[in-house]
Amino acid sequence: MLVDIAVAVGVCVLLWSVVRVGSGTLAPLPVETAVELDPAALPGYAGRSLLRMFAALALSLLFSLVVGGLAAKSRRAEKIIIPVLDILQSVPVLAYLSVTVTAFIALFPGSTLGLEAASVFAIFTSQAWNLTFAFYQSLVTQSAELDEAARALRLTRWQRFRELDVPGSMIPLVWNGTMSFGGGWFFLVQSEAISVLNQKFALPGIGSYVAAASAAERTDLLLLAIGAMVIMVVAVNVLFWRPLTAWAERFRLEQSEAAHAPRSMVLDLLRRSRLPGLAGRALRPMGEGIDRAARVFGRTGARRALASRERSTLLTVLTVVGLWLIADYVSATTGWPEVLHTISLGLITLSRVLVVVLASALVWVPIGVWIGMNPRVSRLAQPVVQVLASFPANFLFPFAAALFLVWHVGLGWGGILLMSLGAQWYVLFNVIAGASAIPSDLREAATNLRLKRWQRWRFLVLPAIFPAFVTGALTAAGGAWNASIVAEVITYGSARMEAPGLGAYITNATELGDMPRVFVGVVVMSAFVVGVNRLFWRRLHRLSEHYALQ
Amino acid sequence: MALITTENVTKSFTGSRTVLRDVCLEVREGEVLALLGKSGSGKSTLLRTLAGLVEPSGGRVTYRGNTLSVGMVFQNFALLPWLTVRENVELGLRAKGLPVAERRRRAAEAIDLIGLDGFETAYPKELSGGMRQRVGFARALVLEPDALLMDEPFSALDVLTAENLRGELMSLWTSARFPTKAMCLVTHNIEEAVAMADRIVVLGDGRISLELTVPLARPRDRRNAAFTAIVDQIYTALMGQTRAEVDHDTPLRRPLPPATVGGLAGLIELLGAHGGRTDLHSLAAALTFAVDDLLPLVDAASLLGLVEVAGAELLITGAGEDWLAADIPTAKSIFARRAVASAPLVRVIADALRTSRSGRLRDEFFLDLLRTGFPEPDAQRQLATAVDWGRYGELFSFDAVARELVLEE
Repeated sequence: MLVDIAVAVGVCVLLWSVVRVGSGTLAPLPVETAVELDPAALPGYAGRSLLRMFAALALSLLFSLVVGGLAAKSRRAEKIIIPVLDILQSVPVLAYLSVTVTAFIALFPGSTLGLEAASVFAIFTSQAWNLTFAFYQSLVTQSAELDEAARALRLTRWQRFRELDVPGSMIPLVWNGTMSFGGGWFFLVQSEAISVLNQKFALPGIGSYVAAASAAERTDLLLLAIGAMVIMVVAVNVLFWRPLTAWAERFRLEQSEAAHAPRSMVLDLLRRSRLPGLAGRALRPMGEGIDRAARVFGRTGARRALASRERSTLLTVLTVVGLWLIADYVSATTGWPEVLHTISLGLITLSRVLVVVLASALVWVPIGVWIGMNPRVSRLAQPVVQVLASFPANFLFPFAAALFLVWHVGLGWGGILLMSLGAQWYVLFNVIAGASAIPSDLREAATNLRLKRWQRWRFLVLPAIFPAFVTGALTAAGGAWNASIVAEVITYGSARMEAPGLGAYITNATELGDMPRVFVGVVVMSAFVVGVNRLFWRRLHRLSEHYALQ
Repeated sequence: MALITTENVTKSFTGSRTVLRDVCLEVREGEVLALLGKSGSGKSTLLRTLAGLVEPSGGRVTYRGNTLSVGMVFQNFALLPWLTVRENVELGLRAKGLPVAERRRRAAEAIDLIGLDGFETAYPKELSGGMRQRVGFARALVLEPDALLMDEPFSALDVLTAENLRGELMSLWTSARFPTKAMCLVTHNIEEAVAMADRIVVLGDGRISLELTVPLARPRDRRNAAFTAIVDQIYTALMGQTRAEVDHDTPLRRPLPPATVGGLAGLIELLGAHGGRTDLHSLAAALTFAVDDLLPLVDAASLLGLVEVAGAELLITGAGEDWLAADIPTAKSIFARRAVASAPLVRVIADALRTSRSGRLRDEFFLDLLRTGFPEPDAQRQLATAVDWGRYGELFSFDAVARELVLEE
């Protein structure tokens, strides 16, 4: 518990220092903001956006291999890293986007490099924690025998990493990579065009193209960009993730073949060609060289260092100092009534998030179950849902804004619709997966017992999909919190709509460059998310483990 | 001549539990040594200490010439599923930093020796259990270790495959081509130990409780009277350990053997069918049971006073006959009375639930108690056994959602 509190305070202090540094050095910057609206520029923009996505993915992977590996190998590191990641995972990325943008601009004054870095960093923060957890989890659950075999064979550290640790984690890494990459598009779009301190920054890319088209009220160009985005999402899935998933099957630890191994036509094509084999042969001497060079790192040792004594006094002192710093900052700048105000705004946004989750459950659970229990339908629907889940919902916001303006829909309710635009698919996606995993003998038994329709739902379907639903709903809630920051204030052309809420509060404070308010807003929102996770989702998750179908 | 020597080796894990106490042992050149014992006797830990995988808490392990190499074969093979047979076999050679050509040559030799020709490019998941363990042997032998250490190498295989692989290993051992000077295997199968070993060390509660040599010529015939005499001698030694433990009476001092009520009923039924009396050796052989499977049942049955053990003989008691003959409700109450009287953990749980206000207590409460004396898996297993016994005896049940033990009225 102390560790958790200390970590929470530590994250706040980190944020606070970034805000201090950022606001101290921020001066109006000559940054190119012109985005060409010429459709011919779109492919180039899309390419640059894609590059950012992959740069962030590579960084996230590197981060997860280093940090996840460290957490798994050392008890001392684990004690710090795991709670930090747990909190970072729940903090809405968009909430501190503005803070990181200012920090990165300060880091690279006068060039777009700061903006590039901020954009890549925003995507990185939406992927890295997830991947790190995946790598850490699979390392700590590694079979004791394989660990002992590696040591008995006296493998070097590098050989163990290459032959055991990474291959053994390949399936969770690829799976989490696919999911977080899909989620990353949203942050890409958001981070390419952002206004901080009354200044609009734009990075050439598909996200800023949409922002510019929306500002110019050009519906035709918006449609074009949406088309480009769909093509990009589908292409990355077909050409990259799908083959990777199929390829990763060979790293399955079970000693028997999976019944429904994922397949990929692209991978089959690659396997039939001779090029990969040739490339492999050409690279082999290099592998041998690395192998030899990496001997300097020594041989692999025991998986875990011994537990170290917790330095609780030092931790307590640091926590108190951290709390004092934050309290001092808040009372000197915004004052405490402001904090109460943000908490009340947080409650409004929380209720929106709840409505999103409940509505998604009501709509998508029946449909998801129907799809999941019909293998033919689910084979067709699953890739479509996957694309829908990865498609950045904020792409559609300008459209929605235009419609709301025409139909005079207030953003109080409209915001809920916008938030659910991206979030709901996680519920559907997971419910389909859960329903399709119901063993057929259970379904046959239910039929054989002549269960009535509602009994079938009560005793078979709902318990069976419960764990998957909880996972989906948790992800959806996280997505909705993130989306609140962009869904509670929207603009189309010169029109601007706003709904009261913590998301709108953060967005407004960001645009004004009011860093103390941004800080308070971000901390309060993070506290909401972490609190709801601890009090509600974690319990639900524990309960759902009881319903796991082996 | 000793290849590996342990001097007063002691090992305790976190908490206060000691798995090895003052073990002095030699692995000698030219011998096959078997380490026998019930589960939890420390035999696997001892093997890992010999292999250098586990650091002893006290005492020391010395190798002849300090540069002795040991190979290790695992119960569940421990092959890397993403590497082919050849790549798996070559892995240890790569760790040594040998050049490609030499790796190929030596791997081919080991693969040939162990009878894996033609399977070089197969992946482990394409192979049967027996073939996978052959890869395990090839991977260890390719390093030409001075000593080959095996952790229950045949126990994941079916009976016929195990017998076949054992036979091949022993004929390789007696041939001149075999690249290792000594073998040491951990097993819970008494017959396997007697069939393979020159010397058998029986461990009980972390100590060496019996050491004997097997002077039989190879190949050995299991029906030979000298063979069964040795098997019976070991059974008697293992059962003796049980009786020595019986005079203490707390959950920590007298652990519950991992036996289900269904297993106990089966044992008593079988004993009844044998006229109430049989010897453990033939019972185990008839069921193709190994020590780890049969002994907990026998331990539990004798703890509850349903059977008596005399040497390697098993006798049904009056209570056992009553239980066997009774209708279901009576059988349940006989069992409940016996369990409360002689199984300390069951009694402690029943008492605690009766004195608690709601008649419900978290399972963590009892797990914490058990954790002070046993490692986590043992604590879990014992509580599961107690719940099984308590449920059958209608003493208490377990609410898996709330994770609470609940008193039965």
